[in-house]
Amino acid sequence: MLQIRDLSVEVEGKGILHDVNLTVGIGETHAIFGPNGGGKTTLLMAIMGFPRYRVTKGQIIFKDQDIIGLSLDERARLGIGMSFQRPPVVRGVRTHDMVTACLESRGSDNGDTVGRLAERLNVVELMDREINYGFSGGEIKRSELLQLLAQAPDLVLLDEPESGVDLVNMSLIGQMINELLQKDLKRSRTRSCLIITHTGHILDYVHASKGYVLLDGTIPCERGALEVLDSIKENGYEGCVRCLCQSD
Amino acid sequence: MSVSERLASSRKRKELAEKALDKEAALGEDIDVTAYSSETVGEHSYQEEPSQFSAEEKAHMVQVGVTLDDLSQRGGTFVQKDQSVVHSSSRQDGVEVMGIAQALETHDWLEDYWWRAVSIDADKYTAHVELEQYSGYFIRTLPGVKAVYPVQACLYLAHSNLAQKVHNIIIAEEDSELHIITGCTTSPLQASGLHLGVSEFYIKRGASITFTMIHNWSPEIAVRPRSAAIIEDNGVFLSNFVCMKPVRTLQMYPAARCVGENAIVRFSSVLVAPPGSNLDVGSRVLLNAKGSRTEIISRVITTGGDIIARGYIAGSAPNVKGHLECRGLILSGQGMIHAIPELKGDLVGVDLSHEAAVGKIAEEEVEYLMARGLTRDEATATIVRGFLHIDIEGLPPQLAAELKHAIETSEKELI
Repeated sequence: MLQIRDLSVEVEGKGILHDVNLTVGIGETHAIFGPNGGGKTTLLMAIMGFPRYRVTKGQIIFKDQDIIGLSLDERARLGIGMSFQRPPVVRGVRTHDMVTACLESRGSDNGDTVGRLAERLNVVELMDREINYGFSGGEIKRSELLQLLAQAPDLVLLDEPESGVDLVNMSLIGQMINELLQKDLKRSRTRSCLIITHTGHILDYVHASKGYVLLDGTIPCERGALEVLDSIKENGYEGCVRCLCQSD
Repeated sequence: MSVSERLASSRKRKELAEKALDKEAALGEDIDVTAYSSETVGEHSYQEEPSQFSAEEKAHMVQVGVTLDDLSQRGGTFVQKDQSVVHSSSRQDGVEVMGIAQALETHDWLEDYWWRAVSIDADKYTAHVELEQYSGYFIRTLPGVKAVYPVQACLYLAHSNLAQKVHNIIIAEEDSELHIITGCTTSPLQASGLHLGVSEFYIKRGASITFTMIHNWSPEIAVRPRSAAIIEDNGVFLSNFVCMKPVRTLQMYPAARCVGENAIVRFSSVLVAPPGSNLDVGSRVLLNAKGSRTEIISRVITTGGDIIARGYIAGSAPNVKGHLECRGLILSGQGMIHAIPELKGDLVGVDLSHEAAVGKIAEEEVEYLMARGLTRDEATATIVRGFLHIDIEGLPPQLAAELKHAIETSEKELI
């Protein structure tokens, strides 16, 4: 599904990612851990194609094509979707409009789909509100996931889906992500996911097979997601990297 | 008032107007009114049946919310072409719709309202309106009457280089409810012209008026409306204004005076200035009575023209509350938006606030929408549509639909 080869990215002239490699197979979910400023969000933004995140080297292969030359919206229509950690407020544009736009971008008619989705995800009250305007942390996450469910991307990029969410809502967010990632399906699952997590809490709800630590713009090694998480808890990020890399 | 008193008062008015004939307005480019011709009242013939207007005229009027083929959703209709009243009718008992000259003959008390809200010598434009033969409309709801459907009024400029001078009086008697949609438009080939429109609104105790005005001029028209409203106890005045088509120069600064306790005023405006258009538009509210409240909202866009967006709220009574919101969007490197929000309070307990923002579309917002699969153009269009979306409380469904239609039609050209 996704192959990242020797990827280097700079933001406003400053190198953030250096020779990053990773591969996410069809139906797989991988977790990315790392300290603030390590480059986690930069990696997702570069995959999504935000112009500010300039690729200086390497390849991003999605569905067997290098997508580096594609624009943000072309990548979205090709099947990449992202949940933002701090999405902007767009005054006058309602959540409903965004969800409809997501449905339309994949050529789906909106019929009652929007209403049904909103009801199931308990976000009906958000539908008529201006997108992200005065939203709580939990409301932002639910609205982001609702949009992704409407967009139905093949590769889902989740930037800290648990941040700002209370324990009660965590379970709901977890359910939504599992639905988005077709976790009920085993062999026929087609959706893949890269999930950034600061605390690892989301992994209590969403199963991730592989895990990476993104430290100083590089990914030194990969392991099982829970193994990485345990090692971080025990040794810290740098300790984890030292420990896991040494065992390679 | 006796005949001699009336004559004396009329003479006094004329004298005041004569003195103000050269008085330049405080705001806006000065217009030489004498450069435009004046047409005699009654030049165009009266049309008993509104559907008999020409297809071209009707098509024009529909764009400003005035529909002449199907009157089932209208409480009354008034059409003025240049200086001539070419149609006026009411479809509901207790709702009066007629030309102002006819109204002055019908109601001898009407002079008491003549220039009570707007000053006769405010500037040369008000003076010219007084000195012209009277035209314009009179719309009134009798006490306790709730108008079911909106009354529609169209002021239509057909002759080239004409100065259309109108004086409108709108009265909602006690506990009545009146909805009006006014469309101001011009013939498509209209080379140039001037529209001077005085409108005086009187909202009595417990009454309400919603007034929705849609302007659809052409690039060589100069427009100088002069409007004011007086709102009594528990009265409500909702005024909506849409001007999204080219106009050479438009300057207006309507004022609403809350003289009764708990009066409510809301002004909402949606303005677009294409290249060559110059708009200086605002709303003023004077909260002079206890508990009166107001909200002024404007959304302005330049695609190359200049806009001064003004707002003024003055609070001078206990427990008054006012909020002013002006947002401007610059869609072209050529245009200019100058937002001037003003608040004045001179009493403890006055609660006034404003927010104003002028800028281009944030790239971050465009990219957010693009990440959902919208192209850059689609994302921009969605943001502009959202920007122009204003929720107006208390608007009857027909008016809300006309307003939405007017905005959406112009929006398409804009985007």
